[in-house]
Amino acid sequence: MAVSQLPNIPPSSSRLKRKSFWQEVDLRRTWPLYVMLLPGLIALFLFNYKPMYGIIIAFQDYQPVRGFSGSPWVGFANFADLFSRYEFPILLRNTLIIAVGKILLTQTSALALALSLNEVRMMLFKRSVQTIVYLPHFLSWIILGGVFLDLLAESGAINRILGVFGVGPIPFLAEPVLFPPILIITHAWKEFGWSAIIFLAALTNVDPQLHEAAAIDGAGRWQRMWYVTIPAVLPVIALVGALALGQIMDAGFEQILVLYNPILRESGDVIATYVYRAGLERAQFSLATAVGLFQSVIGFILIVISRWLADRYANYRIF
Amino acid sequence: MVENKTLGDKLVMAGFYTVLSGIAMVCLLPMIHILAVSLSSRAASSGNLVGLVPIDFTLASYITVMNSPAFVRAMGVSVVRVLLGTMINVSVIILTAYPLSRTAKEFKGRDIFMWFFIFAMLFSGGLIPWYLNCIDLGLRDNIWALVLPGMLPIWSMLLAMNFFREIPREMDEAAVIDGASHWDLLLRIYLPMSLPVIATITLFAMVNHWNQWFDGMVLINRSDLVPLQTFMRRIVILGDTVGFLSRFDASLEELLNFSDRSLKAAQIFIATIPIIMVYPLLQRYFIHGIRLGAVKG
Repeated sequence: MAVSQLPNIPPSSSRLKRKSFWQEVDLRRTWPLYVMLLPGLIALFLFNYKPMYGIIIAFQDYQPVRGFSGSPWVGFANFADLFSRYEFPILLRNTLIIAVGKILLTQTSALALALSLNEVRMMLFKRSVQTIVYLPHFLSWIILGGVFLDLLAESGAINRILGVFGVGPIPFLAEPVLFPPILIITHAWKEFGWSAIIFLAALTNVDPQLHEAAAIDGAGRWQRMWYVTIPAVLPVIALVGALALGQIMDAGFEQILVLYNPILRESGDVIATYVYRAGLERAQFSLATAVGLFQSVIGFILIVISRWLADRYANYRIF
Repeated sequence: MVENKTLGDKLVMAGFYTVLSGIAMVCLLPMIHILAVSLSSRAASSGNLVGLVPIDFTLASYITVMNSPAFVRAMGVSVVRVLLGTMINVSVIILTAYPLSRTAKEFKGRDIFMWFFIFAMLFSGGLIPWYLNCIDLGLRDNIWALVLPGMLPIWSMLLAMNFFREIPREMDEAAVIDGASHWDLLLRIYLPMSLPVIATITLFAMVNHWNQWFDGMVLINRSDLVPLQTFMRRIVILGDTVGFLSRFDASLEELLNFSDRSLKAAQIFIATIPIIMVYPLLQRYFIHGIRLGAVKG
């Protein structure tokens, strides 16, 4: 029996122009939906929304013993302090260089990988390559950090290989200039296979008849790739580009925290690692919260713009 | 597909296969090297002789690591957090995704709730307020610190929600006429039809909990509650053997041993094994899951 036909719901509701919210809600039928939602609502309230109240300490001189209510208000002094610090432009520069470098290298190599895999006709070979290149995505930066610290050590495998060619040894993890490229390359190594999935999905949707027709018209492999395959992935490239805009402040906190050391801070310290060091290592809670808020607000604006672009131009929605 | 088998074309094809094999090798060789180091004698690995094949093959490093109470205890904490965390993640995801998969007409307030979840995904108070809040909730040195803060992975929830929305509505109309409530619909129709997406979110939750280390680093001080990856950060990444292992009442020999290269490699590999074990399943489901959740026209 459909509950909407129960007698206590006024059947003449069409005559009433406006019903109150609760009149419209058929609670006998829908109360389980609200109950089901409760755990998720509580979880987000406790761990996402309640901490937002703590943002007020960015505008205070927060002292843990006095708490949120007892600490003195300082207005925007923490932000003034932050923007006048010599390390602030460096942090901003490092964040942008590392994040943009990662996006560019990861996505272009992912696209190249997808286009190459698309040409392969031996399914077993194709699947084996996919299996291998997806795996690093699922390994933590602790595991991969252990691997790369070993490989990049003065006596590590990479210096041994370079030594064969008479180069080195290069102190990879003691040379600030080399650190951003190391971060970018190791990040791309971990994620390019995973990032290729979205391109591969677009490629498998290409009608094989298009390729056949092009081939009959005398198009060679490269012409087919240029005139058939590339146009098919262009919307996805646009989508990835739009979504990437939301990540240009995200330089990869865990990776840097695992791989860097004090020598590398001038080129490797980013906003997120600075928040961690200032707040949790030096207990400068107010300054660290102000830095974090700066990043959250910029990040939020970027993500909203990027989602809007993705929706507008690539018809992409996640909900 | 039309194939013109000219010589030039064959060469191009060979080029593709070579480059792809090379790429696969670049992904695989670092792990093989670490595996070889972990299976070599300490003299060979610290003497920097090992390439891709173990020298003086021995399982000694694995035996030493697995005999270390500190390492085994950290592994136990990780197993507990994976079990607890995955169960909680998956139940909360399903319970949240189902109501949000209803239409706004059927579930009044659905769009407002939706924004409550989406906004939480887009904006956060930042690390410090999150940390102070966790401390305030009494999560310092508490196993729940590893489980509760990430109770609802919103991205996975959206994945499940989108999957639920694609289940044909005729199914529940028929069930509703037979008197089914929303609980019945969820448990008897939606769950049985959603096994691929449930497998996906379960595997993602497991991998995520196994891999997490930052929460353990900032919220856990007690040595018997430190999860494996946090433990490994101190030993493998920082090499801070003495300061850290001494809290575990480790013997002097154990302290000296743990910074050894073969032992580090063995720890790295042991921590990788669970991921490799679930990887075939993961690969079977994730592509499907990703496509469903990510690109919806």
